[in-house]
Amino acid sequence: MADSASLQPSRRDFLFIATGAAGAVAVGASIWPLIDQMNPDASTLAASTTEVDLSGIAEGQIVTVKWRGKPIFVRHRTAKEIAAARAVPLNELRDPASDQSRVQKPEWLVVIGICTHLGCVPLGHQGPYDGWFCPCHGSVYDTAARIRQGPAPANLAIPPYKFVSDTKIQIG
Amino acid sequence: MSGQPIYVPKSGLAKWFETRLPLFGFLHHSFVAIPNPRNLNYWWTFGGILAFMLGFQIATGVVLAMHYTPDSKLAFLSVEHIMRDVNYGWLLRYAHANGASMFFAVVYIHMLRGLYYGSYKAPREVLWILGVIIYLLMMATGFLGYTLPWGQMSFWGATVITSLFGAIPLVGSTITTWLWGGYAVDNATLNRFYALHYLLPFMILGVVFLHIWALHVVGSNNPLGVEKKTEKDTLPFHPYFTAKDGFALVVFLIVFAWFVFYIPSYLGDADNYIQANPLQTPAEIVPEWYYLPYYAILRSIPSKILGVTALFSAILLFAFLPWLDRSPVRSASFRPLYRIFFWLFVATVVGLGYIGANRPEGAYVIAGRILTICYFSFFLIVLPLLPLIEKTKPLPASIADAVLGRPARPSLNPGHSSASEVR
Amino acid sequence: MTFRKSYLVLALVGGLALSLGAARADTSQSSAPEMQPQVARQSWSFAGPFGKFDPEQLQRGFKVYHDVCSACHSLNLVSFRDLADPTGPAFSEAQVKALAATYKIEDGPNDSGQMFQRPGRPSDHFPWTFPNPEAAKAALGAVPPDMSDLAKARTYPRPFPLFIFDAFTQYQEQGPDYIVALLNGFTRPDDPHWNLYFPGHKIAMPKPLTDGQVKYTDGSPETLAQYSRDVAAFLYWAAEPKLDERKEMGLRVIAFLLVFAALLYFTKRRIWEGVRH
Repeated sequence: MADSASLQPSRRDFLFIATGAAGAVAVGASIWPLIDQMNPDASTLAASTTEVDLSGIAEGQIVTVKWRGKPIFVRHRTAKEIAAARAVPLNELRDPASDQSRVQKPEWLVVIGICTHLGCVPLGHQGPYDGWFCPCHGSVYDTAARIRQGPAPANLAIPPYKFVSDTKIQIG
Repeated sequence: MSGQPIYVPKSGLAKWFETRLPLFGFLHHSFVAIPNPRNLNYWWTFGGILAFMLGFQIATGVVLAMHYTPDSKLAFLSVEHIMRDVNYGWLLRYAHANGASMFFAVVYIHMLRGLYYGSYKAPREVLWILGVIIYLLMMATGFLGYTLPWGQMSFWGATVITSLFGAIPLVGSTITTWLWGGYAVDNATLNRFYALHYLLPFMILGVVFLHIWALHVVGSNNPLGVEKKTEKDTLPFHPYFTAKDGFALVVFLIVFAWFVFYIPSYLGDADNYIQANPLQTPAEIVPEWYYLPYYAILRSIPSKILGVTALFSAILLFAFLPWLDRSPVRSASFRPLYRIFFWLFVATVVGLGYIGANRPEGAYVIAGRILTICYFSFFLIVLPLLPLIEKTKPLPASIADAVLGRPARPSLNPGHSSASEVR
Repeated sequence: MTFRKSYLVLALVGGLALSLGAARADTSQSSAPEMQPQVARQSWSFAGPFGKFDPEQLQRGFKVYHDVCSACHSLNLVSFRDLADPTGPAFSEAQVKALAATYKIEDGPNDSGQMFQRPGRPSDHFPWTFPNPEAAKAALGAVPPDMSDLAKARTYPRPFPLFIFDAFTQYQEQGPDYIVALLNGFTRPDDPHWNLYFPGHKIAMPKPLTDGQVKYTDGSPETLAQYSRDVAAFLYWAAEPKLDERKEMGLRVIAFLLVFAALLYFTKRRIWEGVRH
């Protein structure tokens, strides 16, 4: 054993290293399917779009619809709420964003109803700004769903959506 | 090349740990330093492959369980969801299903190797019986798992097998109702089968631990069936047998991959792609291939209670092998008559399997009965009586004598042929 | 044991696994007491280690399903989006969207608690003509089997020793072969329910396909022979949509394992060099 090793050390080392490397590749490649199976599957990725009929939502009302298993707030804002949201200077905001950048039509605010702190669903028409108030840890959002007080780091996210007609939006 | 016979912790941390829990010393002793008979052939690599398969089945099973729904209305659909939508779901499911077949194929080779080389004889009786317990647990696990896809064969297989317990006098029907959790195989049955299918592999793992423990107490048998006596008879487990087992494992994986990627449905049943229908039995109910010999024995006996008794005795007889076989010689290499009967037994089991796959009609019934008699005769007549008439060949004095030759022969050709390795 | 005997043992024990498994598959259709002619083997683009589905054939097969079979048979496990699978029929996203919209899907309940019909979306599964199996049975006399897994749920007997060879030649297409045979097996014009290949010969489904029944746009012959092959291929894709991916990966895995085995073999030889055993 020792003789042959000393005779051809490089060939021997190469053989052992190549075998070891192939073993590592084998282990790595077989573990990947076990990990990837936990990613969203094809049916989840193909999850459908949600359509919302706006004609039944009165001014001032917030409607919650489900999209990809998450609550979506559709808020028919009053002129007063729009004005309040637009009056705020951006430098007062933790996550600066103009009201215009958060809506496609001023009276319709569409946001994902999940607090950016730790995932609770905030309550509408509550808190000092009459926007949203998260009961879990006290984050306060304004009428453009921007974070104003409390621990949450960011504004409520806006889902992809488009107006298919004047009274209908499609989320997703 | 070979490691230290005893684990010596090098770093301070390792020393600190080792004095508190000698885990690495234990592992080193069990899987690195342990001396194995140097003449183990490739039939001895199947134990390692079995250990791999147990881990493989548990790993794939756990991830499949993340997507499977044990509900009689949803089980079939959830399996199809795995096959169609889950990332690599088809691979995991085919690998797990064919893995069960591979597991059994390998365990049968492992058992036949034990049978051929007399590995059950003293002092390895406990080792052998632990193996029989593992085999029984495997059969239960395989059966429970086959129920889960809730296809036609799943459902009717479960119905037939649970009905076997109905043969028990007095309490039979009570036990069957208890197993079912109702008046037929239904949602309650599926749920408990799922729970048990998840539990049993971990019980197998526990018994495997005992099996390996027992193995390391008494040591491996070897093709000569002569106990190792001196260090000259042995080689350390690592690197010699890790390399040999590793090569055998990868060759086995090629066969396994052939099944999973190219003929995944070959060992399955077409009827199991039809969702379970409690009102319609398939034209023919057959268990998975690995139960077929026992199934043939069951059907060969025209009485429910006797048939079921024969079925279970056929399996349990393995546990009594150490006492049924009276020959003092272990290896069939030195038992010319036993070697013939061994191959006749293998042929009997294959024949029973073939009969188990066919409808019990005409010649199959008669052939099944004859082979059933042959099966039991091997255990109850041949093994106890053969030593009375068999003239065994002389045994070598030691492994080293047989392998190295008595007078120290001049140094051997370094590039010895592969034929001598397979021996 | 001698070297030669080892091989005998290997062959015997390996054969045990193969033969028994196949023996069982072999008999799963043998309920008919009468002799049945052997099902003819078709040549398929998706057979063998390099097999791949032919998207054009699958598109034609889908048309046959859509125009004929779907009147009675469901395809529950397949969703419209699957038709856009590039290793399957490979319809474009727009085609799938347009096709899905031609179906009415029940959805709901809406705000007033009512179920309602809406146009299908790619993520929807194929709906069935009948609300439930009982309704199908009342209308047709028998429940037409769901077609999603049909090509894997049907087979025909493979006698010894053919089933042994099948493991080596990778013959896995018994299902589509049987479907082709069945569709061409309505050989008695006076009895539309008589089928040459159906176990027992009495089939609930009357002859479903005839020449010229389905219009093809790609110039393929509009004959029963062509229809039956196309629809069988489509059904095999519906039952085994990951076939292309599986066979491609298999090629890579086995090639890798062969190299790895060779490396291990030489490593093992190197370690055992000069060690008598």
